[in-house]
Amino acid sequence: MPSWPVLISQAFNGLALGSLLALVSSGLTIILGTLGVLNFAHGALFAVGAYTAFVMLQYTSSFVLAIVVGCGFMLVLGFVLERVIIRYFYDRPHEDQILVTYGIGIVLVECIRAGFGGNAQRVPVPSWGQGATQLGFLIYPTYRLQLIAIIAGLLLALYLVLYRTSMGLVVRAGIENPVMVGILGINVRRAFLLVFAIGIVAVGLAGMLYAPVVAVAPDMGANFMAQSFVVIVLGGLGSFPGAIVGGLIAGEIISLTSAFNSSYSEVMLYALMALLLVLRPQGLFGTEGRA
Amino acid sequence: MKRAIRYVPEGLVLLTLVLAPLALNPLGFSTDLLTRVLNWGLIGLGFDILFGLTGLLSFGQAAFYGVGGFVTAYLLVSGAVGSVWLALLAGTTSAGVFGLVVGWFAVRRIGIYFTMITLAFGQMAYFIENSPLSDYTGGENGIPGVPAPTLGFGADAFRISAGLPMYVLFAVIFFLGYVLARRIVRSPVGAILLAIKENTGRVAMLGHDVRAYKLTAFVIAALYAGLAGGLLGSFQSYMPPDAFSLETSGQLVVQTIVGGAGTLIGPLVGAAVWLWLRDNLQLIPGLAMLWKLVLGIAFIVLVIGLRRGVCGEIVHWWSERRNQAALRAAEARTEAIEAHNIDAVAGEELRRRDVALSLAEPATGDGEVALEARSLARYYGGLRAVDGVSFKVRRGSIHAVIGPNGAGKSTLFKMLLDEISPSSGEVLLFGERLTGVGVSRAAQRGVAKSNQLNQLFPNLSVRDNLRIAALARGRGPLRFDLLRPADSLPDVEAQIAVILDQLDLVERADTPAHVLAYGEKRRLEIGMALATSPNVLLLDEPLAGMSPAERAATCAFIRDIARARTVVIVEHDLDAIFGLAERITVLYEGRLLADGTADEVRRDPAVQEAYLGGLHAHEPA
Repeated sequence: MPSWPVLISQAFNGLALGSLLALVSSGLTIILGTLGVLNFAHGALFAVGAYTAFVMLQYTSSFVLAIVVGCGFMLVLGFVLERVIIRYFYDRPHEDQILVTYGIGIVLVECIRAGFGGNAQRVPVPSWGQGATQLGFLIYPTYRLQLIAIIAGLLLALYLVLYRTSMGLVVRAGIENPVMVGILGINVRRAFLLVFAIGIVAVGLAGMLYAPVVAVAPDMGANFMAQSFVVIVLGGLGSFPGAIVGGLIAGEIISLTSAFNSSYSEVMLYALMALLLVLRPQGLFGTEGRA
Repeated sequence: MKRAIRYVPEGLVLLTLVLAPLALNPLGFSTDLLTRVLNWGLIGLGFDILFGLTGLLSFGQAAFYGVGGFVTAYLLVSGAVGSVWLALLAGTTSAGVFGLVVGWFAVRRIGIYFTMITLAFGQMAYFIENSPLSDYTGGENGIPGVPAPTLGFGADAFRISAGLPMYVLFAVIFFLGYVLARRIVRSPVGAILLAIKENTGRVAMLGHDVRAYKLTAFVIAALYAGLAGGLLGSFQSYMPPDAFSLETSGQLVVQTIVGGAGTLIGPLVGAAVWLWLRDNLQLIPGLAMLWKLVLGIAFIVLVIGLRRGVCGEIVHWWSERRNQAALRAAEARTEAIEAHNIDAVAGEELRRRDVALSLAEPATGDGEVALEARSLARYYGGLRAVDGVSFKVRRGSIHAVIGPNGAGKSTLFKMLLDEISPSSGEVLLFGERLTGVGVSRAAQRGVAKSNQLNQLFPNLSVRDNLRIAALARGRGPLRFDLLRPADSLPDVEAQIAVILDQLDLVERADTPAHVLAYGEKRRLEIGMALATSPNVLLLDEPLAGMSPAERAATCAFIRDIARARTVVIVEHDLDAIFGLAERITVLYEGRLLADGTADEVRRDPAVQEAYLGGLHAHEPA
């Protein structure tokens, strides 16, 4: 049995990882829910986000500015991908959608490799996030605390967009029944374009914010993508609340298990998924009948 | 001669395997490279049965490749097993068992979910290899020093060394694997797997155990992957941990698409392209880093425009050329039939035919109850679609269920074969409870249904459509006859011939179902239900959309069927119903309004009221 301080600090690690997974997965899940496309390029786009932060910090000393410009870049990338490739795949079988996005993922990762080499890069922690913070019961790296707060804010913003704006209403209706939304005379295609771009910005942001914490390498996104698949299976396909709750659960499972025995941390996550598939196949927040 | 033509692909593959080391070496394919290509091709054989044939896209094949590889390597290096062949057998079996476990979870879901689950289990296997089992697997270091296989015993033993001997070993194993895979594809199991890709729901409705067949394909794929993994360690005398990586699964998928899914050798060709690009582009200065980028772009282009892949496009082009004349003729005939139907008049001389089915009915007397509904009800939230309906269908009769739109006919019908389960009540077939067994087992017990909307296998020929149906009850819900040809069961072939004749589709037997004229498709839809040799045949609006001439012909056909089997029919064409049915059940707003002979029902004032629009005196008109 590990000591309490270890458990508490692992719980915080779980919160940091979980909120990150929630952000990655919410991008994945709104694209899946609305467009019906499982984006296999998601991991690559996470890496693109991290490298964007790396490049922007070469030109500007401000982390905030780097992120703002980076978001703009991800938005444009999302628009381009949707217009040039993805939109021709809405009517094709799911397998084709998976294949083409997987191909996009390969190309993005290889572009990064061609541009920056295969070695890991370091992104410095921003000046306002250095050092550690005394929480009374625990000393914890400041940037990770800020990371939790920033992502919580971002998820709240995404929630407000989805649940408090008319665009969000269209998106949520599209998740329920895309055909009906089209019949009602709403320009579904434009909504799809926006949703795809927002999903890409979400995962790109996750990559940018996480860049100072990890080694930035071309393949860094693959494992995140696999984990975010587990998250949306846990939460229910296409469910935004499911992505958040599922992300936090996944983060805590990985972190808390590693407090006991680190070699089982990832295995536990997948074991939980297997269990849930038997007990509640539609996921925590999913409804039966989709996919 | 015809027999020989069947084995042309095998011959071509054999020839290629023999010539490859000689012919391809100058083109940049070293013998080692070719051996690796064969290793990928071997996993690909199984993967193509799973993906190309059955349509299940797995992103977790690395798990089985890795399990086969590491079990083999561990057994050999630890000294537990001396013979490489035995270790390979153990490794392959372990991969199959692991495939059974993962598949059990994965085949519960379809489409996107299936792919995600296989990917997640693949990652799980990777982490298990890497951490908890690292004492056995060497973790990130893998297992070095895996011995090469030997032939013979003692001092005479011949060690299969790297280079040409190893190539020969891999070529022999690949060829055997290919021959086996070809047989599986042509077996009844292969035919059913292909039908699952075309229309999963109909395969289940015909009585095949879809989940078990999918699981079979999954395990076959795992076995091939496991064998390939075991060979990998022996080949390079080192078992690398990245056999388990997501990258490996992805590479297999890409190679299969590039080479062509559904062709069995597609993955091999794709692997040749991938490995050749990797080894040869790396030699060109400036391109070393770019080989995979080139490959990725090519892959996207293929997925967008040439989805069949290299081999698939060649096969497609070849068969187009060969069959174009036949296809054009079939399409012309379809147009002629459709044009003729518009002018045709009903009342042509109709041939009376006896319907002969291959399976006997249960031994009960005529006039007894074949099918009984007992206070069947189905609620959707607050909506009572069907609300406590009871009726009996006498054996050997034509029993009709009618009612205005929204009366609950379709819901009732779906409950009769357990396609949807009732909220309460039950269905009895010859006195035994049918409710709760599921649509596949209901079909096996002898309840077949032809659907209101055609549920055909559009890309299969008429004959193959009927074969999937005829195989169902004759063969049982699940059988592993992997080695016999699908068309080698005499009973099934005889049944198909009879049904083709009865459907007037003999000339169209080899035409793909999607080319047929509308009326022919409707007949095939009924014919598929009939081909299962049902005890009770449910017909859901069999006359919908037919021309008057086709209606008359179909009514005559239904009468022919009814002389052999019990028929329950839902139909809007009341003239036809009153001419056909002996007993009629009338539904109105989910409840039973009347149940009796055609004459009783015709005179029933409540029925007239319901059909004439329900203009009650107290309602404003």
